[in-house]
Amino acid sequence: MSNPKSAYSQPTKFGKENHHIIVVWVDNEAGVLARVIGLFSGRGYNIESLAVAEIDKKKHLSRITIVTKGTPEVIQQIKLQLGKLIPVHKVADFSRDDPKILFRELALFKVVGAIKKLDKAKKLCKKHNAIILDKTKKSFVVQVTALRREIDKLTIALKPLGLISASRTGAIAMTKGKEIFIKN
Amino acid sequence: MPKLLSGAEIVFKSLEDQKVEYIFGYPGGAVLPIYDELKNHKSIKHILARHEQGAGHAAEGYARSSGKPGVLLVTSGPGATNAVTALTDAYMDSIPIVCISGQVPTHLIGTDAFQECDTTGITRPCTKHNWLVKDVNDLADIMNQAFKIATTGRPGPVLVDIPKDIQFDKGAYKISKNKLEKKLNGTLSNKINLKEVDKFIEMIKKSSKPIFYTGGGVINSGPKASQLLKEIVLLTGFPITSTLQGLGAYPGDDPQFLGMLGMHGTYEANNAMHDCDLMINIGARFDDRITGKIDEFSPKSKKIHIDIDPSSIGKNVKVDLAITSDVTELLKAVLKSFKEKNKNFINSNKQKTANWWSQIDKWREKKSLNFKNSKETIKPQHAVQRLYELTKDQDTFITTEVGQHQMWAAQHYKFNKPNRWMTSGGLGTMGYGLPAAIGVQIAHPKKLVIDIAGEASILMNIQEMSTAIQYRLPIKIFILNNEYMGMVRQWQELLHDKNYSESYTEALPDFVKLAEAYGAVGIRAKTPNELDEKIKEMINLDKPVIFDCVVDKVENCYPMIPSGKPHNQMLLGPEDEKEEVSDEGKTLV
Repeated sequence: MSNPKSAYSQPTKFGKENHHIIVVWVDNEAGVLARVIGLFSGRGYNIESLAVAEIDKKKHLSRITIVTKGTPEVIQQIKLQLGKLIPVHKVADFSRDDPKILFRELALFKVVGAIKKLDKAKKLCKKHNAIILDKTKKSFVVQVTALRREIDKLTIALKPLGLISASRTGAIAMTKGKEIFIKN
Repeated sequence: MPKLLSGAEIVFKSLEDQKVEYIFGYPGGAVLPIYDELKNHKSIKHILARHEQGAGHAAEGYARSSGKPGVLLVTSGPGATNAVTALTDAYMDSIPIVCISGQVPTHLIGTDAFQECDTTGITRPCTKHNWLVKDVNDLADIMNQAFKIATTGRPGPVLVDIPKDIQFDKGAYKISKNKLEKKLNGTLSNKINLKEVDKFIEMIKKSSKPIFYTGGGVINSGPKASQLLKEIVLLTGFPITSTLQGLGAYPGDDPQFLGMLGMHGTYEANNAMHDCDLMINIGARFDDRITGKIDEFSPKSKKIHIDIDPSSIGKNVKVDLAITSDVTELLKAVLKSFKEKNKNFINSNKQKTANWWSQIDKWREKKSLNFKNSKETIKPQHAVQRLYELTKDQDTFITTEVGQHQMWAAQHYKFNKPNRWMTSGGLGTMGYGLPAAIGVQIAHPKKLVIDIAGEASILMNIQEMSTAIQYRLPIKIFILNNEYMGMVRQWQELLHDKNYSESYTEALPDFVKLAEAYGAVGIRAKTPNELDEKIKEMINLDKPVIFDCVVDKVENCYPMIPSGKPHNQMLLGPEDEKEEVSDEGKTLV
């Protein structure tokens, strides 16, 4: 703490922080996203990425997927605090290393440059379910779906090859097999 | 087809259905249709405050002393922003408040219209839930949910923002069934898990150095919870300590009660918390004013935590047995099981905890609440003690502001019943006590209601004196006047080299004349000799009184756990302080 002359105690222990993917099912009503992300900012939790969309038009249900980082205590608090919000139906928490969970993130990249470099760039993208959505002699736009860290790596690799614009959705997650996540 | 009602009518019908008797509020442009409708509803009385913050704290005082939700009615823009402090206060201390705010007409929202603000945006983090009503046909449902959410689970404030056009619009009064029953408070059911109850009892039986640590959750669970708490404490023979908010749940003058714990808690309570082998937390939340240095908090104990809010469990302190439950329900189950299965417990237990009690008695001998009294000047602790002695024979309700006087009140005034003690603990809102006293007096017209105040805090909502006069509320404002923001001065003395930066109020009103200007009675006591007579004079007056009690200017509030220290390193008084505040000590606090 910068000022030790404080009426508050000083932080001492810091636990190890891990990446978690929090999935929240909410009523798609006015202000619901603000409630969820306001809870994160207000309590000092991280948001590394965020993906939101309505998944059931009839029931007005939305699914919010948040990638966050925190100590086990913080992750537990995030789940419990989210659970208290009135429009929240259920909260799931997946560790990034959980083998039973599928994670995907979609990215769009625009690469501009000479043909040689463009070809090289396309090759790099191929490994990640690449679909070329648009191309000209001097550019292409590619859609890539992969893990978050793979897209991170690809972004770095594409930089010297003429990457001038990138857009990413934030990770989404789903369990493998026939199981679905049931309210805890 | 059902009869259509205007939005304003729906608001009142809903309030009537909820059996609301009082609304605290302040009118303004965007709530005029609701105010217009007031005259048609004789069962609901409106209490006009002088500031929306005052109205909010009054609603809190009403709620805390009566167990019913407080209702607050404010206009848009400044009306709503003025209510924010009271809403946050209620949120921190888990007080059920339903705030209805006016909003500019729907078509003007977002245009920076006159007295427009993003009320639901501003109040989102300080309410359990809030709504901007966009269709008058939703209004009845929303009002119904608002009361349900405010009063169930862990109670708290909610806000319903109603645009002016919606207040005029006609719609049906229809409440849909079970729409939001799924889960209102993060808990799925109130079913008691018997395995948890068994484990609870097992832990009780194993311990030889136990302590109950109880909080506001017991009060919020209703008067029955306090009865059950008393029963289990007497049955087990264990010592009990309470947080600031829990005072009154267990009788303050009972020998098993160790006094309040925490930063300004007693020596015996804090040491017992530190050395215990079993801590039974009922309805408290391991707040930082309670735990002190968290790494060294009660290092050797097993901990049980009972809380209705699952997010309170494991937030600050890891526990061995966590039970998410209402206090009343759980204690009922525990007592039932205990009595059936453990008939011989009491005898075997007395021996087991005998050493523990003799240790506690040693700590008690320190008499940590003692102070050096004076014959010349009134010591603030003495003033609170005299006030207690002279009022303890009647059912007295105490509110406070925030600061030294609040801690002295908590230490020296003994509460024997729940709902008699209203203080701003979580948010620490100066200016809380006077309006809260108004709300308490509204709920309990015949009872003695005293706001123990400081001269700085009282000025933050002094305008509410005018409200007390208007409704003939004979509240008593007992000001411990030391001309300093005492708690600020204390910290500056101990930590900031006695640099009393801006903590002295050079110009104060003459509180006796001020009382008279409002139409109340002013009384001043300057010496210990005249104190008792003047307190009696105050009690016997059936009018609002401002009592200016001129006290020692530099008295500090002890005992004290300096922040950053564990429970067993308390400062007991000025003598301790000299050796403790070495340079190293200073950086730790």
